[in-house]
Amino acid sequence: MSSPDPNRGGPSAPSTLTAGTIPLEVVHARSFTRNPDLAPIEDIREEVLKLEAEGEWIVQRVPDDHTEVTTKYGRTKKIPNRHTWHHKSCGQCGHIPGYSTAIFWLNRELGTEYNDPRDQTSCTAWNYYASATSNAPAQAAVAMRNFAAAYETGFYPVIHCGTSYGHYKEVREELVRHPDLRAQVRDILARMNKPLVMPEEMIHYSEWIHVMRHEIRKRTVLDLSNITCVVHPACHYYKLVAEDAIYDQEIYGGQRTAIMSQLLETLGAKVADYSTWFDCCGFGFRHVLVQRDFTRSFATLRKIERMKEEANPDVTITHDTGCVTTLDKSQFAAKAHGRNVGIPVMSEAQFAALAMGAHPYRVCQLHWHSTDYRPLLEKMGIDWEKAWAEFESDLDRLRSGKTEFLTWDDANAK
Amino acid sequence: MTVPVVREATPERKAEIFGKVVADVRFQDYVHGCYECGICVAACPSARFYDFSPRKITQAVCREDLDLFWEHVNVDVWNCSQCFSCDRCPRGNSPGGLITIMREVAVTAGLRSAKEALEGGERVVYKIMSTGTQVSPDMLQPEAFPDWGPDVQDVSRNLDLWRRALPPETLHTTTTAWEIDDKTLVELYLIWHMTGVLDMIKAVDEGLHMILNDVMEELLEDHDIVVS
Ligand code: SF4
Ligand code: SF4
Repeated sequence: MSSPDPNRGGPSAPSTLTAGTIPLEVVHARSFTRNPDLAPIEDIREEVLKLEAEGEWIVQRVPDDHTEVTTKYGRTKKIPNRHTWHHKSCGQCGHIPGYSTAIFWLNRELGTEYNDPRDQTSCTAWNYYASATSNAPAQAAVAMRNFAAAYETGFYPVIHCGTSYGHYKEVREELVRHPDLRAQVRDILARMNKPLVMPEEMIHYSEWIHVMRHEIRKRTVLDLSNITCVVHPACHYYKLVAEDAIYDQEIYGGQRTAIMSQLLETLGAKVADYSTWFDCCGFGFRHVLVQRDFTRSFATLRKIERMKEEANPDVTITHDTGCVTTLDKSQFAAKAHGRNVGIPVMSEAQFAALAMGAHPYRVCQLHWHSTDYRPLLEKMGIDWEKAWAEFESDLDRLRSGKTEFLTWDDANAK
Repeated sequence: MTVPVVREATPERKAEIFGKVVADVRFQDYVHGCYECGICVAACPSARFYDFSPRKITQAVCREDLDLFWEHVNVDVWNCSQCFSCDRCPRGNSPGGLITIMREVAVTAGLRSAKEALEGGERVVYKIMSTGTQVSPDMLQPEAFPDWGPDVQDVSRNLDLWRRALPPETLHTTTTAWEIDDKTLVELYLIWHMTGVLDMIKAVDEGLHMILNDVMEELLEDHDIVVS
């Protein structure tokens, strides 16, 4: 973990840091030891298992092939290494499809078998947090329908969207605490001949990438030592039902989630700090749809400009749908107003895939992103002009009707 | 979008709406009293840009201050970003969760302010309820996102081609985020019917309700599903 580099326009010593910035050295020095016995809240997973023993539902177990990590209150969480069912994200698949494609590509390269289902709906939580045109039973039924669909395949659910992940944890709490709600949802699923199934652990895809980081490192073909990243951890990953997020003593002294930062360090990139790391991205759910002035202002004034002034990174790495969208797309209007913006934004899945030699267009689909990423690619040693020409020739094959769709073989073609 | 405004109401009406919030199954999980410490406000993005305070909302509810509650449930709740940064409350509250409940009650009760707040978002509600994915590639149109720059135009112009260039087979769609089975959709429609969500839509937007009902009825009938 590195502090902002003075040669990159960032602050050189704590005395010059923007008010509110805690230098990383101080964060490290305050290293924080966790004792699960002193956790301020019950371990909901124990309640989940108790309810299974009482015949209330089935608990889908994490596959035997898994890795154990430490979470916020020092508890252990099992992350499946393979055999996963991918709960896709509508914002990723719809608007930044290189995000989902990169997750699948990593699974293929690492040889961890996965299932990309058609029997999956969105969690519907974006709409719910935007318009409130739903209710607790409906939201719980949507979640449990998807979990039942995963269970039927035998693959373990891994959730791509931070909001789906956070919301499903809310649903888990509600279902554990309220027997009437459980009964109502069980009846709804019975109408579909589906059992009530709760996964043993809620897993966000970035947790799988986190535990795969050494495997990814082994396959990394680029030197990232001159790349400075900043990290935006997603609110719905580590604030909404906070106890499941991954923390590590070695990263920020265990005081911030280790997700993404530990991967980037393992890949050999620099991770720089900035004062507003805790702030949300400004997505706002309803704001990004109907009040985007707020979204743009927050994303650029509180996040991108702060990152730029304090760390001047080559890239902003985040791990959620709304965060990538908001932080990337909001920069165009700010730039038009002469603001100090212009940091490419992508998910850690895309960044890790690039590090492993994935094609920037065939796999990472960077042409769907807005803020100029080409200087970053150049610095990473990727010839984007050649890559775009290759992708254009793929598109020509599609245009000519020689082929209807590109395939995974095309994605890795040399 | 119309900005929601507070309209006068009788004390009985305010008490009725307040009662619905307190009666929500999640209320006891989200509100435990308030220290007035303001930690939630310090963490809150919306408080930086609006005259908005999760502390005030939580306080008004804890003190059962119906007049203040009425202002919040009509106007302020719609400024919340639902980020849940406020979940670090030392009292164990979730002001964001309380706001979710208040919004939901405002919609179910058909408050005029809720109708105003939802204007402009009908397309998204329609999309998620009828197709099972919230956003679709074909929503990326320059007129919808003029502030996102010329790249949106590129995406929109090349949409079909670029979608066919995606390696995962499930992503070749343009009207949904991925390909969803009909059976899955039928199950989703059943959920909307059986949990009263369609009735919620009716309370705030009759036109949208009619369209959704038609779309759903057709598919449910095709699969011989009867919903009462
Ligand atoms: S959920 Fe709402 S009230 Fe809570 S911090 Fe976020 S914007 Fe503020
Ligand atoms: S953080 Fe909690 S206790 Fe403090 S003002 Fe906000 S709601 Fe009240």
